[in-house]
Amino acid sequence: MEKKSVTVGGIVANPSKGNKTGAWRSVEPFISDKCIGCGVCTQVCPEGCIVLQEKGGKKKAVVDYDYCKGCMICATQCPVKAIEKKETKK
Amino acid sequence: MTKKIMEGSHALAEAVRLANPAVIGAFPITPQTHITERLAEMVANGELDSEYLNVESEHSAMATCIGAQATGVRTFTATCSQGLALMWELLYIASGMRLPIVMAVANRALSAPLNIWNDWSDAFGARDSGWLQLYCETAQEAFDTMLQAYRIAEDKRVLLPVMVCIDGFWLSHVYEPVDVLEKQDFVKPYKPPEVQLPGGKVKMVLDPKQPISFGEYATPEYYQEFKEAQHSAMVGAKQVIKDVHDEFAKKYGRKYGNGLVDTYNMKTAKHAIITMGSVAGTIRHFIETEKIKDVGLVRIKSFRPFPFEELDAVLKNVESIGVLEKDVSPGLGGALFSEMKSVFKKPMASFIGGLGGRDITLDHLKNVFDSIRTKSEKTEWIW
Repeated sequence: MEKKSVTVGGIVANPSKGNKTGAWRSVEPFISDKCIGCGVCTQVCPEGCIVLQEKGGKKKAVVDYDYCKGCMICATQCPVKAIEKKETKK
Repeated sequence: MTKKIMEGSHALAEAVRLANPAVIGAFPITPQTHITERLAEMVANGELDSEYLNVESEHSAMATCIGAQATGVRTFTATCSQGLALMWELLYIASGMRLPIVMAVANRALSAPLNIWNDWSDAFGARDSGWLQLYCETAQEAFDTMLQAYRIAEDKRVLLPVMVCIDGFWLSHVYEPVDVLEKQDFVKPYKPPEVQLPGGKVKMVLDPKQPISFGEYATPEYYQEFKEAQHSAMVGAKQVIKDVHDEFAKKYGRKYGNGLVDTYNMKTAKHAIITMGSVAGTIRHFIETEKIKDVGLVRIKSFRPFPFEELDAVLKNVESIGVLEKDVSPGLGGALFSEMKSVFKKPMASFIGGLGGRDITLDHLKNVFDSIRTKSEKTEWIW
């Protein structure tokens, strides 16, 4: 094996968005119609991969599944229990 | 410059004040406590504008420094003995993330049996943690070294944390005349270093506007690369230590050998005694009062990085040496002695003493010097 070049201190820019989640994710959040668009999930998502988007004049949380790791913190923090746990289809 | 009679701990605190860290993580432990106590006083008096965090353990003190330093500010903490042992896993995080944290260690023995006095067991245990370790002989040197430590740690060629080690009680609690600077421009306000990433340069700062992660996950294909990089930076730090030391010497007129190794009475010496820290002062005194010509003193100031070439250069004309150290690696012997074996190929004697604060007296030194002259290769305990 060859010696590779690495960054000082293992620093990586845009860490969460640098690599897409692999096929290992087993569960993922599903945002139901109960979503009130409060944005709590966008703040607690450790990967920063939930954003609020306007749909028909109402704000709603949207998950970027390319980066979601399926930790489900969003579901546990959702004040109206609008986020369901679903198995990731492989 | 003003000469003041002050405690070693307070001299260190004065230097820390001048370096002006933004965050201090503090947890008391004898004999370090006077350093953080004095810093607390300075913050309370408005003499130092630092976020002073009283944390619940040394583990948290180091975690505080790591977190704060990663946000792009200068930090400080101090500890010793059990406290340093409790910090242990975080020492590797700090060095692995290449955070230039500076910490004072008032070297103290480790329990059990419980002992609060000086030896080097604590910092020697953290020898391989990737921290630079600089040992001081006097309170003045502690003050000067603390200022230099920030410059060394933060140098782009280094970016590693530094321990400034003073012998617990022997230096931390002893009053000596110290030239303290009222203000200084040797250590400039902290500027977070920039590092090169594949996509361009980024500042080593946690900032939501430019998200970065420190110490990312490294698989077997990458981990070794980071450790090799740390080792290279540590070896390269020797030149930086010398450069910073020289600049300090030019500016303030005080020097300690070449910043890595300090020597005394070596011009006519046929033999040498190798040691570190405050006991070197006792040896100087012994050489001077006894008017000794044939034995010189070589004091290692930088234990990590280890100054192989510099030691080799000062020892090339001597016939035998003795290594006097305040530590023991059970089952091996003197740890410094074993490291010196890779430098010096002629007769070497090992002297282990001063453990747990035990006195090393002039009478002891007489026997030590006599042993070295006979080219002894034994390990002797100083009782």
